[in-house]
Amino acid sequence: MQIPAPFDYVRATTVENALELLARYGPDSRVVAGGHSLLPMMKLRLSRPEWLIDINDLYELDFILRDGNKLRVGALTRHTTLLESEEVAGLFPIVRDAERVIADPVVRNRGTIGGSLCQADPAEDLSTVCGVLGAEAVIRGPGGERILSMSEFHRGPYETAVGHDELLCELRFGIRPRSGSAYEKVERRVGDWAVGAAGAAVTLAADGTVDDAAVGLTALGLDHPLAGAAAVLRGRHPDEELFAEAGRLAAEACDPVADQRGPVDYKRHLADELTQRVLRRACARAAQMQEG
Amino acid sequence: MQISMTVNGADVTSEIEPRVLLVHYIREVLGLTGTHWGCDTSNCGTCVVLMDGQPVKSCTVLAAMAAGHDIRTVEGLASGGTLDPVQQGFMEEHGLQCGFCTPGMMLTARALLDKNPHPDDAEIRQAISGQICRCTGYATIVRSVQWAAAHPAGSGLADTAAADTDTAVPDVAAETEDTEVKA
Repeated sequence: MQIPAPFDYVRATTVENALELLARYGPDSRVVAGGHSLLPMMKLRLSRPEWLIDINDLYELDFILRDGNKLRVGALTRHTTLLESEEVAGLFPIVRDAERVIADPVVRNRGTIGGSLCQADPAEDLSTVCGVLGAEAVIRGPGGERILSMSEFHRGPYETAVGHDELLCELRFGIRPRSGSAYEKVERRVGDWAVGAAGAAVTLAADGTVDDAAVGLTALGLDHPLAGAAAVLRGRHPDEELFAEAGRLAAEACDPVADQRGPVDYKRHLADELTQRVLRRACARAAQMQEG
Repeated sequence: MQISMTVNGADVTSEIEPRVLLVHYIREVLGLTGTHWGCDTSNCGTCVVLMDGQPVKSCTVLAAMAAGHDIRTVEGLASGGTLDPVQQGFMEEHGLQCGFCTPGMMLTARALLDKNPHPDDAEIRQAISGQICRCTGYATIVRSVQWAAAHPAGSGLADTAAADTDTAVPDVAAETEDTEVKA
């Protein structure tokens, strides 16, 4: 029987209250939301907080809100809510692509976008999604609010810029016309970690050429969106030759490790092939948005 | 710490350690052993219960986190001696063999039908894709859920079908190869 080591439990009532509790209990406290990463780690003693601060009652952090040219998503928004949101799917189809293959439907009822990003597992899909979409992370702490880009927020495997006395409260996504995005994952079975995955976001210029683009990889040894992808893609017409070139770039830039999910050359092949697929789909979606 | 919640419509209050998981609270403190405890790692789904109507894996929810919420277990499916159509469907269509995964499967099915009364087979397979059956495979479970969808509670169809044994015999010739959700 796997049971966490003893801890004290407290339920936060508001964001302010959660920040007070974090300040009071210090680095030995941990915030729990969906709990589907933290509780398994606590069972295995990979995490042993003295205090668990439950933020599931912070309904103020559970929202999806269009605000001018930004979409604001509360950190406590569940995966199921993101998956089912037509507004999110319309603006950022990559989110629905990814949410379909995150864990399984029952786990998605509990897991949150904030928890996923703060866990920062290398095989975690939403870090890649938020990275290619150029999301901003809104963090609150004793010193007030700060807004970080994903490259500042995500520091690497299991490490983010969120301090022990801070709380990730919101993600903001810029809405741009003529934009499309896509995500594709290869996994051994439902609910398993990715063997590899890729995400892409593309904005087209009025003449149909690529105006801006980002490509990211999951579980393939690339912490941040592919450097240089935009430089290669910008100003060119999206076609098979271009997708193949981007695929080669991704395969060269990635740094996968061999494990029970596959050898390095297979994973490198995935980086290439999946990059081509998501770019093809993202460009098609962007063109569709242009027509619509 | 003291926690209170509603379980199958009844208010319960208990003194527990914060580290007690919901599955163990339900089984050991409340004595409702219909909820099964399986993999401990939120993979197998036999511990699924409904929390405010949504399926959750109770091995990965603390009892303390469930405080104040409405919990429904397999014991809460039947009402007044009448089986839920999902339970009847598992009987009619041979939805179980050893029965270990069955409580979780049935609760997920109940939640699916509450949200989507007429799911297609792919939607049922998607809904149960986080749950593992190692006996029957999934074809009969999908058929069981379809049976429940075709015989909703209060429609009178469930009673008629239960009395008519012919409908309880699976049409073997019509069975297709089971393409399993799980590897």
